Amino acid sequence: MRKIEENIFKALMILSTAIISGTLFWIIYTIFSKGLGSLNWDMISKIPEGGFYIGKGGGILNAIIGSLYITIGATLLGLLVSIPIVIYINIYAKKNSFLANITRLSYDILFGIPSIVYGAFGFAIMVYMGLKTSLLAGIITVTLLIIPILVRTMDEAVRVVPEDMSNSVYSLGATRYETAKIILRQSIPGIVTAILLSFGRAIGDAACVLFTAGFTDSIPTSLNQPAATLPLSIFFQLSSPIQEVQNRAYAAAVVLTIIVLIISITAKIASKNLSKNKI
Amino acid sequence: MKNIRLLKDNIFGKIFFTLTILSISTVILLGFGLYYKSIPLLNHSSLGHLLSSSEWKPFKEAFGFYSFIMGTLWVTAISIVIALPLSLLTAIYLSEYAPIRIRKIVLPLIELLSGIPPVLFGVWGVLVIIPIIQDYIAPHFVEFTTGYSVLAGGIVLAIMIFPLIISILIEVFDNVPQELRDASLSLGATQWQTIKKVLLRKSVDGIVAATVLAISRAFGETIAVLMVCGNLAQVPHSLFDSGYPLPALIANNYGEMMSIPMYDSALMFAALLLFVIIFLFNAISRIILFRIEKRTT
Repeated sequence: MRKIEENIFKALMILSTAIISGTLFWIIYTIFSKGLGSLNWDMISKIPEGGFYIGKGGGILNAIIGSLYITIGATLLGLLVSIPIVIYINIYAKKNSFLANITRLSYDILFGIPSIVYGAFGFAIMVYMGLKTSLLAGIITVTLLIIPILVRTMDEAVRVVPEDMSNSVYSLGATRYETAKIILRQSIPGIVTAILLSFGRAIGDAACVLFTAGFTDSIPTSLNQPAATLPLSIFFQLSSPIQEVQNRAYAAAVVLTIIVLIISITAKIASKNLSKNKI
Repeated sequence: MKNIRLLKDNIFGKIFFTLTILSISTVILLGFGLYYKSIPLLNHSSLGHLLSSSEWKPFKEAFGFYSFIMGTLWVTAISIVIALPLSLLTAIYLSEYAPIRIRKIVLPLIELLSGIPPVLFGVWGVLVIIPIIQDYIAPHFVEFTTGYSVLAGGIVLAIMIFPLIISILIEVFDNVPQELRDASLSLGATQWQTIKKVLLRKSVDGIVAATVLAISRAFGETIAVLMVCGNLAQVPHSLFDSGYPLPALIANNYGEMMSIPMYDSALMFAALLLFVIIFLFNAISRIILFRIEKRTT
């Protein structure tokens, strides 16, 4: 009797593990089988031409470039803010000090705040300052969204650096600032993982940029211009009643899937290979 | 020379400290900014009325959030009902039964799943879940449905929150000391009995924390839900009714909100509602998880 119950549950466990892992392949399969047919060179090398949204020619280069601008800009800006924070709570602040703990808690909470709230907040600030939807507003809002990811991931990487390391650096007479540089060098795999994770999150996010970056058919040439993004391009084209436009949404989804898969897999390999060189 | 180094150390320390303090205050700033924008609406009608009325007529300045709140609750509840048992079984399997080999294959897959952007879940929902509901599930229960329903939203959300629940649960299970399991097994309990009586009982607070975090994630998910829920401003009465969750409301109307008086304030109030609920849920579950981590180390 005890055995039967255990076996039933074991079967259920294996089944649910299979279902959950299977959905990943199901999603990727669905998107590829629907979208590959409409994916061609024009799609990824041209910006929308006149009548694009009623099925005429052109591509989604505007959205690809826009997404890359926002993602790269936000990741760089995010690193600029989050590396000092990670250094402060790990090296300057005392271990398990109140400030370090409250910072970690704040970032855990900020990590859970959905992007639509960041988007609405970014929009409120923009209205307050009299700004219009622009590349810059998009970058800043997405930066807010990814700082928690950067801080949490890098914090974890820095925390596992052995204490002996910082002790020996200190004993050579180094200041905290100099120690920070050494510790950071030891945490490079973690930092790379953090960058790729936030890159993936930033490029896939739609709710944030909906309010702040707007949408446009051209490639932005300055920070004040609105910028298109891939997720929004998929979303808008999919809501069109015209079949051709919908097909292009599926093709755009394939492009986004490929980008995200490349980033995720690189992150996995990077964190594995880079950590080989660690002491 | 020594002084310059110390000076550098100090200056950078001050800058880093300021940045840390500033960045923590983002939490407060977020709440305050959204509250500030919702003041006009709160002066216009009472909080109780806003939450309990389901009259939504922006042109008449009638803003009742009841149907949107119910839409959010339906979708979230469905997603948790689907995701929690499946994730619990998977997490137990991966941490207690599965050979290392399988764990090494499945965990990266789950990580990959968590990296898929919401809009792609939405596309998949439209292509796969909607037709399944419309053609196979709904006809057994109701006469007509388009498939765009709270059930579709719940299913898509459930898949989106799997990775979050599983990764937290596995961490919680790993934090249960091995000696407790050994003690139970040495008394003659089977592995399953040990799981039921020791592992799960020891992890109750962790499971609660994971669930609360998952709820708050489901609460705020926007684009995917927007694509599959149907977005009719009504209180859903069955799984196959359309719903209109709060995040979808915000995302769908940002275009026209500046042209109707009070509308922007109403949408900011919706964002504030989301923020407050999610903030509380996150804070509670993070504190529980923090305690668990502290207990074992």
